[in-house]
Amino acid sequence: MEKRLANWGNYPAISCDETSFSQEDQIQDFISSHSSVIARGNGRCYGDASLANHSVSTLKYDKVLAFDIENGIFECQSGITLDQILDIIVPHGWFLPVTPGTKFITIGGAVASDVHGKNHHVDGSFSGHIINMDVITGNQETITCSAGIEADLFWATCGGMGLTGIITRVKFGLKKIDTAYIRQKQIKAKNLEDLIRLFEEYKDYTYSMAWIDCLQKGDAFGRGILIVGEHATPQELSEQQRKAPLHLAQKRKLSMPFNLPSFTLNTLTVKAFNWLYYLKNTKREINNVIPYEPFFYPLDAILHWNRGYGKAGFVQYQFVLPLEKKDGLVAILKKISDAGLGSFLAVLKVFGKQDSLISFPMEGYTLALDFPVRKGLFEFLDQLDEIVLQYGGRLYLSKDARMKQEVFWQSYPNAQKFADIIKTYNGKKLFRSIQSDRLLLTQ
Amino acid sequence: MPTVLILGAGSDMAVAIAREFAANKYDIQLAARNVASIAPLEQDLRIRYQVQTSSYAFDATDFNSHPAFYNSLSTKPDITIAVFGYLGSQEKGQSDWTEAARILHTNYTGAVSILNAVAEDYAARGTGTIVGISSVAGERGRQSNYLYGSAKAGFTAYLSGLRNRLFHKGVHVVSVQPGFVYTRMTENLKLPPMLTAQPQDVAKDIYKAVKAKKNTIYTKWFWRYIMLIIKSIPEFMFKKLKL
Repeated sequence: MEKRLANWGNYPAISCDETSFSQEDQIQDFISSHSSVIARGNGRCYGDASLANHSVSTLKYDKVLAFDIENGIFECQSGITLDQILDIIVPHGWFLPVTPGTKFITIGGAVASDVHGKNHHVDGSFSGHIINMDVITGNQETITCSAGIEADLFWATCGGMGLTGIITRVKFGLKKIDTAYIRQKQIKAKNLEDLIRLFEEYKDYTYSMAWIDCLQKGDAFGRGILIVGEHATPQELSEQQRKAPLHLAQKRKLSMPFNLPSFTLNTLTVKAFNWLYYLKNTKREINNVIPYEPFFYPLDAILHWNRGYGKAGFVQYQFVLPLEKKDGLVAILKKISDAGLGSFLAVLKVFGKQDSLISFPMEGYTLALDFPVRKGLFEFLDQLDEIVLQYGGRLYLSKDARMKQEVFWQSYPNAQKFADIIKTYNGKKLFRSIQSDRLLLTQ
Repeated sequence: MPTVLILGAGSDMAVAIAREFAANKYDIQLAARNVASIAPLEQDLRIRYQVQTSSYAFDATDFNSHPAFYNSLSTKPDITIAVFGYLGSQEKGQSDWTEAARILHTNYTGAVSILNAVAEDYAARGTGTIVGISSVAGERGRQSNYLYGSAKAGFTAYLSGLRNRLFHKGVHVVSVQPGFVYTRMTENLKLPPMLTAQPQDVAKDIYKAVKAKKNTIYTKWFWRYIMLIIKSIPEFMFKKLKL
């Protein structure tokens, strides 16, 4: 049925057809009767990667197939979301090996975006934890692949934005935990220099990321808060928490019921950050033990927070620059702060080494921030792209809604190899999205 | 642990109902035409909720097989939920008897056939709960789906009669009247979001209705009032409407 669909940024919004499936023969029937389709999970990528004239929702293909509690191995269909997986595994002392900043994504989406988390510098991205997976490719075969078997298909599917086919089953390894809590440390950094030094100093922590205040100039340019954490041991818990160390109390979620005027969210984040920076962190450093949810998923507590950017939507701009190109980071941050078009807060993280075909991460700095869609924005982002290119960086396809094709082809060193593998498995361009057409991957 | 039998386990509604009961620690028996297709659901229920599950081949329109099917169940279920249904195509069914018969036999005759078998067992044992998923479409025939609607009307009347009879034997019957629900069955219809439930909402309502021994529930709840209005429109006006 024809409906209006947009991903998390509410930009772009298109009118399209969406079908679902709960059994494999249903998806085969659908593919047979359509000339093009893209798989779509929970629609939490920000831009147009999972938008197309025909999309197929995996959300009903959400069965858990196996859970080896002894060895921490989980196997499921692709439409199950991370929050459901956490509910199953955490009480048994296991955690996701890698998780992005929201738990409302599907496992298929996690693979197609090859998601990274606060532990990228230690544990890499999601693809490194996959044991094997099934993909329905362009000739409607279901192929089981892994880093060792059908490796071409595997590596072009991890971070491949659904262009090799529909991911239907994923088997992956979990991380052992003793509690559902995180021992967290928050450290104030007075400027970018200080912040980068802190990242280096605390690089042995499994989890790390920082909030940066994009509006500061002069000595305070790039001031922020570094947040690092480790899974807490039972000894580190309070007496109350220790009673059921692997169980968290259910919390009620707030929801943003409708689109707010676009200035609201910025005002809210300014307030939240200042509160954190000035009041909560009057000391330079704060240490505490908190449930894993607010540590990994602070924004998930407000369902539909994206509506805070208003009806026109927003784009999230996330790039990565090589480690030695710190001046590039300064240049871009300056440009953003001068233009005043972006959100007040940006997230900074240092990636570790990454060895994959088309995944976003590479060793270096990654910065992400939101830009409400308005006149002049895309011209401005094109200018930022230039700088990113100049410093040898690239943009995250899962956030992208507007990058020019030449930027993609110049910034992803394996673009051609990726395109060749797509041709092998998706020669008839059965799997294509607005993004893949825009980037000339399926044109 | 008590056991629930779900007849027609392949649908979205059935998945939601199975999960709701499993989450409340019921063992689950799944019955579907294609047993292989529900194997993943069985695994899912076991791993998520740590309950016992089993699955059986069941074809709603193969009436003769129903008594044998019911007798083959290793444990007799405490609750039986008839979820299966077939919306079909009204337009096709108007001229194609095969389609019309399939609509009538799946939604009405098949339901009567299997629930007769279940009811006999429950009546003899003086225990059990039968849940029938009918539809608000059965409350008044409309041009857009009166084949489906009339089959559901028959089913609703059957359930009410069955409830009346079995009440005296200590067996409870719940009639469920869902309005619009987002499922694969309705995927091609344009449904008003405000009036349309998710399968999980329906499943929760059914679980609560069973626990509270409700007779007839509408889900979402306001459909009771919508149908009250629709039923009160005089026929001379109703027949002119395009519904």
